[in-house]
Amino acid sequence: MKTYAEINEKIKNGTAVVLTAEEVAELSKTLSPKEIVDKVDVVTTATFGAMCSSGAFLNFGHSNPPIRMEKIELNGVRVSGGLAAVDTYVGATDCNPSSPAYGGAHIIEDLVNGKDILLEAWGKGTDCYPRKHIKAVINKNSINEAILYNPRNCYQNYNVATNTTDQIKYTYMGTLLPKMRNASYSSAGELSPLLNDPECRTIGLGTHIFLCGTEGYVTWNGTQFNTTKPVNEFGVPIGNARTIAVVGDLKNMSSQYLRGAYIEKYGITLYVGIGIPIPVLDEDLARRVSIRNEQIETAIVDYGQGGQVLGKTNYAALHSGFIHINGHKVRTAPLSSLAKAREIAQVLKQWIQKGDFLLTEPVRPMPVQSSLKGLQACDE
Amino acid sequence: MIKKVVLSFPVDATDRSLTYDLVKQYDIRINILKAEIQAGKSGNLLVELDAEPDKLDQGIAYLIENGVTVSPVSSKVSYDASLCIDCGNCVSACFAHALTIGEPDWKLHFNPDKCIACKLCLKSCPLKLFRIEFAEA
Repeated sequence: MKTYAEINEKIKNGTAVVLTAEEVAELSKTLSPKEIVDKVDVVTTATFGAMCSSGAFLNFGHSNPPIRMEKIELNGVRVSGGLAAVDTYVGATDCNPSSPAYGGAHIIEDLVNGKDILLEAWGKGTDCYPRKHIKAVINKNSINEAILYNPRNCYQNYNVATNTTDQIKYTYMGTLLPKMRNASYSSAGELSPLLNDPECRTIGLGTHIFLCGTEGYVTWNGTQFNTTKPVNEFGVPIGNARTIAVVGDLKNMSSQYLRGAYIEKYGITLYVGIGIPIPVLDEDLARRVSIRNEQIETAIVDYGQGGQVLGKTNYAALHSGFIHINGHKVRTAPLSSLAKAREIAQVLKQWIQKGDFLLTEPVRPMPVQSSLKGLQACDE
Repeated sequence: MIKKVVLSFPVDATDRSLTYDLVKQYDIRINILKAEIQAGKSGNLLVELDAEPDKLDQGIAYLIENGVTVSPVSSKVSYDASLCIDCGNCVSACFAHALTIGEPDWKLHFNPDKCIACKLCLKSCPLKLFRIEFAEA
């Protein structure tokens, strides 16, 4: 047993042993969990993928005379006007339907890059906020706060998508060719944060993380947090399960690890880079962080029609470039960047090795039991 | 020997059977991968030309004499590698296997020789980094 305090002491002394999740997975082929606890203090995990449920809080500052902004546009894109008086939330998927390829995620990336953005806002005019309309040019240095707050990131595992129909399908899982000519997957596998601590023993409210090039924190369980997915013999939930909500200072982020994107005939999304350090406190965690791609299974789902489950595969097979679905050999390709995820795991490892980055013990654990509710339409 | 090229036909060449001459006079096997030709207007053909090397050279010289611009396909599809995040979306769509990603580096690799200019990468790249000169409608 090790404690957070002991590990942080080692980090401050520069004596902590830090490995990436891939490195420890390799090590686990020759070392037992007990030997890994003795040898390794922290394991860095990472992912860089499209995470639609992301966005940023901005505070523009007050003009003279002031305005209570009720309808707000940034570069022609309508953003939330429901956070009076000069605050907004730019949702990653916000867009102007007449030019759907530019939207919230691109505004967020433009802000990170220090670009100027045209703000236009309208209010009804009140005794205390008499102005009814304003046009202004803003950038990250001109505004007060710019805070990235993502309510659902970092999915623990995710389906593999393919398409059994005879028509090409443009989905959030990418371009799916007819008749199972391809299959796409989006998790970083053995490097993925929530697959290395599948029951969230060390990931909770207050966990100190890498977020888009700067430090950030886990703020809550992510929305659609689901603990009820079936778990395989290695403790890995099969399919989309847990998620996290994260926060960080947008002004310090880098577009190396945050990118606005447009998925054809689907819409806008944000590529988010997240790295989470996992303290190797005991043998159970040592076993968890040693998880290897061949042990991480996920469901193959037909995105062409109906979302039917076609089978099961694992990340070693997905990484090989081909999987077998009902006797067919199907080509695979990722949707999230493993190259970037590896880079993030290395950067976080260096931050910790340099003593710049300490671990935090969660002040509130993730829910132990949480399942998903559906939505009933009025006319059903 | 197989060469993949884009043939750009001028307005006054589209009413002549130049491709027939390639077969008949130069014994070149032509595999048309993509065609955008309208009578009376200029047009583009993406073709694979398969022949003995000297015949191939003579055939291409014949086309050039007749005002056809012959450009290798490799110069036609490109992407901005400096902005690429190596996500793999284009690889998924590329059934010609020109775009690949995998061990050891998981970086995007492009083999222009395999590209058939289907344009699916243009649509599937979430950062819209691909450009194609041929067949832009």
